[in-house]
Amino acid sequence: MARKEILICSGTGCLSAGAEEIEDKLMDELWKHELEDKYPVARAIKRTGCMGPCNLGPMIIIRPDDTFYGNLEPSDVETIVEEHLLHDRIVRSLLIEDDGHKVEEFQKLDFIKGQKKVVMRNSGDIDPSSLDDYLENEGYMAARKAVTLMDRDEIIEEIKDSGLRGRGGAGFPTGLKWEFTAREDEDEKYVVCNGDEGDPGAFMDRSVLEGDPHSIIEGMMIAGYAVGADQGYIYVRAEYPLAIRNLQKGIRDAESEGYLGENLFNTDFDFNVELRVGAGAFVCGEETALLSSIEGKQGRPKYRPPYPAQSGLWDQPTVINNVETFANIPIIIEKGSEWFDDIGTEGSSGTKVFAVAGDVENTGLVEAEMGTTIEEMIKIAGGVAGGKDFKAVQIGGPAGGTIPEEHIDLPIDYDSLEEAGTIMGSGGFIVLDEDTCMVDVAKFFLDFTQEESCGKCPPCRLGTKRMLGILEKITEGEGEPEDLEKLEELAETVQNTSFCGLGQASPNPVLSTLRFFRDEYEAHVYEKECPTGTCKALIAAFSIDESLCVTCGKCEQVCPVDAISSGEESYTIDSDTCISCGECAKVCPVDAISEGGNE
Amino acid sequence: MEKYHLRDMLPIIDQYEKEPGSLIPILHEVQKKLGYLPKEVQEFIAEELGVPYSQVYSVVTFYSFFTMEPRGDHTISVCTGTACHVKGAGELTEELKDKLNVEEGGTSDDRKFTFNTKRCVGACSKAPIVMVDDDVYGKVQTEEIEDILNKY
Repeated sequence: MARKEILICSGTGCLSAGAEEIEDKLMDELWKHELEDKYPVARAIKRTGCMGPCNLGPMIIIRPDDTFYGNLEPSDVETIVEEHLLHDRIVRSLLIEDDGHKVEEFQKLDFIKGQKKVVMRNSGDIDPSSLDDYLENEGYMAARKAVTLMDRDEIIEEIKDSGLRGRGGAGFPTGLKWEFTAREDEDEKYVVCNGDEGDPGAFMDRSVLEGDPHSIIEGMMIAGYAVGADQGYIYVRAEYPLAIRNLQKGIRDAESEGYLGENLFNTDFDFNVELRVGAGAFVCGEETALLSSIEGKQGRPKYRPPYPAQSGLWDQPTVINNVETFANIPIIIEKGSEWFDDIGTEGSSGTKVFAVAGDVENTGLVEAEMGTTIEEMIKIAGGVAGGKDFKAVQIGGPAGGTIPEEHIDLPIDYDSLEEAGTIMGSGGFIVLDEDTCMVDVAKFFLDFTQEESCGKCPPCRLGTKRMLGILEKITEGEGEPEDLEKLEELAETVQNTSFCGLGQASPNPVLSTLRFFRDEYEAHVYEKECPTGTCKALIAAFSIDESLCVTCGKCEQVCPVDAISSGEESYTIDSDTCISCGECAKVCPVDAISEGGNE
Repeated sequence: MEKYHLRDMLPIIDQYEKEPGSLIPILHEVQKKLGYLPKEVQEFIAEELGVPYSQVYSVVTFYSFFTMEPRGDHTISVCTGTACHVKGAGELTEELKDKLNVEEGGTSDDRKFTFNTKRCVGACSKAPIVMVDDDVYGKVQTEEIEDILNKY
């Protein structure tokens, strides 16, 4: 019997679902069965980073056969150890089902089959806290190749030829950025990794930092060598404690094993990395604000130009790239620019990792080739949850937009998304079903940007506040016909006159919903109706059908605002007091209560 | 509230180079130790680093992680990201306010918990999320809040 290894996903998603309990139980069971002779406990279980299909957590993969068990309960562990580990029999009852058939191997899950792993090549596969594990998977080979065999220009040409564009959202060509910094004639230069992933609903960077921290260090090191910098900074949000822990360990291990420090790979190249933890300000995701924050100041954006490539951290030339961008670097150096350029589309090479959430069957991380359509993405995620109809997908977070069903065949690449009025953004992909109110979605994102506006420039500080005010008015049923024009006018002003990207992009969720779902806004304003029943203020009061009421009084008991009173033949609801919570309709044994009804 | 001496801050400050860039990491560690950043401590750090007190104060008030009010032993927070918003973060917030008898940002009378809301923690598949310090709880139902509080 081949020696088996158990991989347990220990990403933040799985930990919140109880992965630690599963791991403890596995340890207990392994000891209990005295398997330690055959399977030394410490080596039999490996904690990995995010495996991807987060809603199936906690999950394990058993190797070498690659069997996948998800949605585990502690009580399942005993069976798995007894059957699978001791007797080599797959526990069929615990396998995950795709379309009614059981799937044995992880790679054969529908969710995994449609993906292409480049950035996530190691996450879910290696132990992120182990430098040895990274080294066994060709870790630091690309850095060694770059530093010992390639000259600086050659590396920059290679990155330029690969067509890699910045994964932080705007899509600027990475090689070009590096070239600008390399050309600057200064002694002190810096490499900065932007890990301030603040978009609500986006967790790609978190997973890479947690699951494969050394790949980021290696990518930064190659950048440092190419542009002539010897100091790097990784800036991570304070909301990501596990990513911070894994990075700290990664940096420490790399230092003690000589992968960071002086004379790397026996050359005269020095490189060090420092970790900086954010302190809860969304605007720090903007590159100039992030650099101010590293300098120990308020994270407020600065005017560009000069761009950080010429004058960044401490006014020195600085390469600043996103986590996912750096994660692509080692594999491009290792496999060559042609290999990378062949993946994806003409203008957008490579892959993009999306955090798929919202109303789909399977949520989690999906890494897909650029050019994959929205429809294909939703298919990978198992379709819209609960058999409901697809309405739209929100891409790019608070700076992005909403794409409706008629564009479901849109390929996801930088240029197609821009044409459709959204941006690639950092990779949030939130699927919305037919029950979602688009005005409410726009309000949610605007509420977010409004609160996170740093206050430096009036268009963003005041404009978002006024826009939010109008949206609140509309969702509360007080919208006036001229509000929609006002909203558009304000949006345009904020877009054109805000100081930084946060303000300039903040109207996007409003503009794109106005573009594709104007009828929904109109229903709120003219008919005082919320078509999906989301906006509570617009739902008509409940009423009781006298002919059906059996005067049981259950409705009166549950009414939280005492709007229901008893009568001779029937109970009645006072429509002015009613808050349309619907509790009465739920308890009525004869279904006599309905929304609106006989007013 | 724990008593502190300004000199206790020195070992933290000495770990870093005395330059403005060390300010935010130092504030993180001092807040971890004291639970908050009193005015006197800010002045002390400013002097040690050789930066104006106004800069320290401006940083402390700019970032939402820093607080000048004493906090409870544990910080319990509800994630208000998109997925959590849709899956009922609002109800959890109400439940916690009710259970702890505090408003957002407030600390319970026994000084055990400080309650706040948090930006997306990135565990969207397990929404709604509640965090207590660094522990993450997924798919939390309002009835489970009591159990979570009892663990601490």
